[in-house]
Amino acid sequence: MTDTLTKPTEESGREGGSATGVFIAPGRPGSLVSLKPRYENFIGGKWVAPVKGEYMKDISPVTGKAFCEVARSTKEDVELALDAAHRARQAWAETSLTDRAAVLNKIADVIEANLEMLAVAESWENGKPVRETLAADIPLAVDHFRYFAGATRSLEGRSTEIDKDTVAYHFHEPLGVVGQIIPFNFPLLMAAWKIAPALAAGNCTVVKPASPTPWSILKLAELLEDVVPAGVLNVITGPGAEIGKALATSPRIAKIGFTGETTTGRLIMQYAAENLIPSTVELGGKSPNIFFADVMNEDDEFLDKAIEGLVLYAFNKGEVCTCPSRALVAESIYDKFMERCLDRIKKITQGNPLDPSTMIGPQVSTQQLEKITSYVDIGLQEGAECLIGGQRVHLDGEFADGYYFAPTVLKGHNKMRVFQEEIFGPVLAVTTFKDEAEALEIANDTLYGLGAGVWTRDGNLAYRMGRAIQAGRVWTNCYHLYPAGAAFGGYKISGVGRENHQMMLEHYSQTKNLLVSYSTKPLGFF
Amino acid sequence: MDGSRAPERVVATPAALKAIEELVAERGPVMFFQSGGCCDGSLPLCFDQGEFVIGSRDVLLGTVAGCEFYIDHRQYEVWKHTQIILGVGDGEPEGFSLAAGRDQHFIITSRVFSDGELQALGIDN
Repeated sequence: MTDTLTKPTEESGREGGSATGVFIAPGRPGSLVSLKPRYENFIGGKWVAPVKGEYMKDISPVTGKAFCEVARSTKEDVELALDAAHRARQAWAETSLTDRAAVLNKIADVIEANLEMLAVAESWENGKPVRETLAADIPLAVDHFRYFAGATRSLEGRSTEIDKDTVAYHFHEPLGVVGQIIPFNFPLLMAAWKIAPALAAGNCTVVKPASPTPWSILKLAELLEDVVPAGVLNVITGPGAEIGKALATSPRIAKIGFTGETTTGRLIMQYAAENLIPSTVELGGKSPNIFFADVMNEDDEFLDKAIEGLVLYAFNKGEVCTCPSRALVAESIYDKFMERCLDRIKKITQGNPLDPSTMIGPQVSTQQLEKITSYVDIGLQEGAECLIGGQRVHLDGEFADGYYFAPTVLKGHNKMRVFQEEIFGPVLAVTTFKDEAEALEIANDTLYGLGAGVWTRDGNLAYRMGRAIQAGRVWTNCYHLYPAGAAFGGYKISGVGRENHQMMLEHYSQTKNLLVSYSTKPLGFF
Repeated sequence: MDGSRAPERVVATPAALKAIEELVAERGPVMFFQSGGCCDGSLPLCFDQGEFVIGSRDVLLGTVAGCEFYIDHRQYEVWKHTQIILGVGDGEPEGFSLAAGRDQHFIITSRVFSDGELQALGIDN
């Protein structure tokens, strides 16, 4: 086990050694997170320098400053990772389900034992508030590995008696070596979503983290050096156009998994087509969050939950594929309901994400910040009304160059581009509807179909809406829950395939059919 | 603007034109495809010409510095009332796009067409 498991002397890892204060940034005295100036690729269980010796800076959006370097890999490094994965492939495929599940459970245990360390690392690199990484990202990653440890053991092959003497046996067999490309918005959790089922199904994987967030996955790899057999899990960092392409076009992978945007989704499928291999792509959405009038029938805990449900657009600063970024509010309650919601939005505290009281941190990069700014601009040009926020926020001191954007609400109509495209920032587009039919029409008037939310006290209405909305996940009287065991994936152009469920094991397995005759009689043809 | 002449659907800033010319000089012709969806969605992706296979329903919005700029036909339907302005920003591209020169990436801003421009483009407002 590496020294990262050894906690520093300042036990709490927080300023002043308190039990509740601000976490100390990685690499600084007393931090829970050790930091090296430079990180190499994790290949075959070892740290391997990039063949061409080049590195790139990793910037923390919290300060806008580089905090370490990671390998700027090239296609030669992709080949090294594939070599290692192929060396490990047969032994891992032949590892018993008992032992494979034990490895997954050990991964979960190690993450859990280092929960605060990984939560701080993830927060510093991505900008997400530590209150979210402590309570959601990291615990969910832990549970995900445990879920697939159990899921793979409970997944049974099937047999069919074709006739009295003929039996069709169906076995799950690993695909072999797979490639997996991770997005920047939940670096560790999305890595867990991809790695856990791939390994559980007996595959070896080569993982490429997103360019803005390569480091937290390397911190995880440090913890797994002696946990996962060498070559079963490999992590290489570098530009998508170089190593993402080299990985996705390689004839040495049996499948490619990707989460990102639509054009690269098409490109990934195009690359997979070149080699006639399967792909799973998750490409985002523009998820409607629908509030029917009866949510305001009482001023109670449920109404409070519904108000929080609208404000969840600011969760992870809006950098969520299923961000509830289109709020559809019943016309009859619009004024009163939005007043309550805007009051709640005003109370969002923005700042250093390592402060446990911070609710919203910085956007992940300047590119995301530029995009959000350009969308607010186009929204205003289209005639949207800005109800709150709408601009970049400049904080003081160390955070002055961080990428902060104020929680924003734009009121408009569904044909505006701010209602049609995922902004991937803390920007809510809100509009009204008259009745159930119009709510459904607006909800489905989108190219995407990943998530949706329905809020009502009427169970029948909730069921009708849930079934009629063209989206892979409809949260009913809740939002942004991601438990393992609930299938996640898109309708329409939001992607192909499902994650987060035992069915994922099928996506990472071959089906072997043995068709066996127990009869001695010839067919009689020849 | 005079409503009789259709405006360009995509234009480029001087910095973007310069970046494209340098890219073309270095690696040969390039192409652009406007993305949508999550993460790097809404960013323009730049590829070597032919790297991205254009489908029969993709819409050619125009050319910038002689390079073709496409968008998905469904996305075109919800974007067609706006002009795309290709520019350049600081920092390496985050996804599969080629860089717009060293430590630079392509970005877009948008402008809503006037009624006259929409009429000239034959787009119902």
